[in-house]
Amino acid sequence: MKIVVCAKFVPDATADRRFRSEDNTVDRAGVDGLLSELDEYAVETALTVKEAGDAEVTILTVGPEQAADAVKKGLQMGADAGVHVLDDAIHGSDAVATSLVLSKALAKLEADLVIFGMASTDGGMGVVPAMVSERLGLPAVTLGSEVTVDGTSVKIRRDGDTASDTVEGTLPLVLSVSDQANEPRYPSFKGIMAAKKKPVQTWSLADLEITPEQVSSWTEVVEVTARPARTAGTIVTDEDGSGAGQLVEFLSTNKFL
Amino acid sequence: MSNVLVLVDHTAGVVRKTTAELLTIARRLGEPVAVFIGDGVQDALPALGQYGATKVIALTNPELSQYLVAPKAEALQQVAAKIEPSAILISSNAEGKEIAARLAVKLESGLITDAVDVQADGSSPVTTQSVFAGNFTVKSKITKGIAIITVKPNAATPEAAETSPEVEEFDVTISDAAKTARITDSKPRAATGRPELTEAAIIVSGGRGTGGDFAPVEAFADSLGAAVGASRAAVDSGWYPHAYQVGQTGKTVSPQLYVAAGISGAIQHRAGMQTSKTIVAINKDNEAPIFELVDFGVVGDLHKVLPAATEEVTKRKS
Ligand SMILES: Cc1cc2nc3c(=O)[nH]c(=O)nc-3n(C[C@H](O)[C@H](O)[C@H](O)COP(=O)(O)OP(=O)(O)OC[C@H]3O[C@@H](n4cnc5c(N)ncnc54)[C@H](O)[C@@H]3O)c2cc1C
Ligand SMILES: Nc1ncnc2c1ncn2[C@@H]1O[C@H](COP(=O)(O)O)[C@@H](O)[C@H]1O
Repeated sequence: MKIVVCAKFVPDATADRRFRSEDNTVDRAGVDGLLSELDEYAVETALTVKEAGDAEVTILTVGPEQAADAVKKGLQMGADAGVHVLDDAIHGSDAVATSLVLSKALAKLEADLVIFGMASTDGGMGVVPAMVSERLGLPAVTLGSEVTVDGTSVKIRRDGDTASDTVEGTLPLVLSVSDQANEPRYPSFKGIMAAKKKPVQTWSLADLEITPEQVSSWTEVVEVTARPARTAGTIVTDEDGSGAGQLVEFLSTNKFL
Repeated sequence: MSNVLVLVDHTAGVVRKTTAELLTIARRLGEPVAVFIGDGVQDALPALGQYGATKVIALTNPELSQYLVAPKAEALQQVAAKIEPSAILISSNAEGKEIAARLAVKLESGLITDAVDVQADGSSPVTTQSVFAGNFTVKSKITKGIAIITVKPNAATPEAAETSPEVEEFDVTISDAAKTARITDSKPRAATGRPELTEAAIIVSGGRGTGGDFAPVEAFADSLGAAVGASRAAVDSGWYPHAYQVGQTGKTVSPQLYVAAGISGAIQHRAGMQTSKTIVAINKDNEAPIFELVDFGVVGDLHKVLPAATEEVTKRKS
């Protein structure tokens, strides 16, 4: 089975994430980045399938030069090969455009099973898997919190707002997994060493027969405002047992009762 | 005026509050046309009319509910071809976002998700989103095709505008390709009787500090008429169902009042709640990062503070 994991390189959430002032796009170059944490669950799912049978796992990322780190992390965890789609024209693309690039690359890779994270930790739209499914005409089983893959089909548990559903589909198929699906492994020393010898291909838009116009964004950010800092609140201690009383007084003053 | 499609969010004809909000927003942009998928359109009609739907398009094809989202997206594409809307508004939940994603590809249109506000600039919508864990507010526009927008709960205050819409049955054709991901089992979650987490005005959440006992959190929530939420640590420990998780990989909430009890305030938790209007925390560690966010904080043991506060609230309310 040929498995491709779509993994995104994102600005580190614990660092200072920001926008580029010149064009209001996410600053991906000037900020430390890493493989999106939520895509680690997708890598882990792929590796579990591989370990249970016969599969080859490729990490696919679309992003700037530093995004090679995301591919590397996947290889260190145990994936077999990487593909990095790198092209200046992709800068500032939206989800619709990203889904086009991923779809063309996935078609070229002839994947049987495509695995996504539930959402990227920067944009966080959670829409790319459905878009890729739509473009490739493949079934999509999304937001799996429990995933079973056999040789021909995939079954997931999907926890919705009002119900917990079982959803099934037949390969080839698009799967996305939630952070409930598993516990991603850390790369081992052996894994880190082995990753250095694994093949990584770099493709441009031309390699995928995509023109720069096709990846222009259909949305435009017109204004970015940093959230004003919260003014320091009142903090009391309950040492003398007065905490609850003061809390309720606060709620009452602010008309919450 | 142009048509604006609103996908009705309902359970068996009981319309959710988010639909009233979408219809209110749709009126800023044009003439709201409601699209109702499933059974119970007659039950939904009064609520749709109350908020200004000028027409209700009913899709009752049973295949629309047996499969995941792909058939719904196909159906909306067919409705859009007939109605020629300038915008399509959908509730921003997991299913709504996937429908919107597919529509954006099908209609070759720009998509904006998780809008917390939508205003009209001339006839084109300007959306507001809260990004990077609520640290930035971004205003955006769609520059191509039909503006497809998924809207979060509480993005607008529902304003009534009585109409008496007609129901138009609409027959859609669902392709075999859209019927490939099947729902083979569905276990409904038991109703709690509490407000819906994403719609609630007040939320009381518990974390690892509860030690697994959510009774004081629930009792305090009930005294305030609030919804109950949980941190991921509490959910991962099996103390509370995942559907109530607040944060990056749970629900993003923005209530009038958010009470965090026994929650440290990790960035992933803040991502889901820091746009709340008023924030209160109870934590026994005075250095817990959650205190950086609060309007009011109590340094103390939640097992003492919450029951005492519950008693006091109940006393004052009676
Ligand atoms: C990819 C990813 C996604 C994540 N998504 C989410 C998410 O959606 N939501 C989320 O919440 N987290 C999420 N997390 C986890 C997050 O990083 C934290 O681990 C989690 O929020 C911690 O939960 P907590 O505050 O309940 O527990 P802790 O951090 O352990 O804090 C417990 C707090 O309770 C206090 N306490 C203990 N006993 C008492 C007592 N008796 N009375 C009062 N206070 C007490 C302690 O002082 C402490 O501050 C995510 C993490 C990752 C990596
Ligand atoms: N640039 C990208 N490169 C590779 N995979 C991506 C990229 N963007 C999004 N994805 C995948 O799509 C999922 C959902 O992304 P999003 O819709 O942006 O929240 C992510 O978890 C990734 O698996």
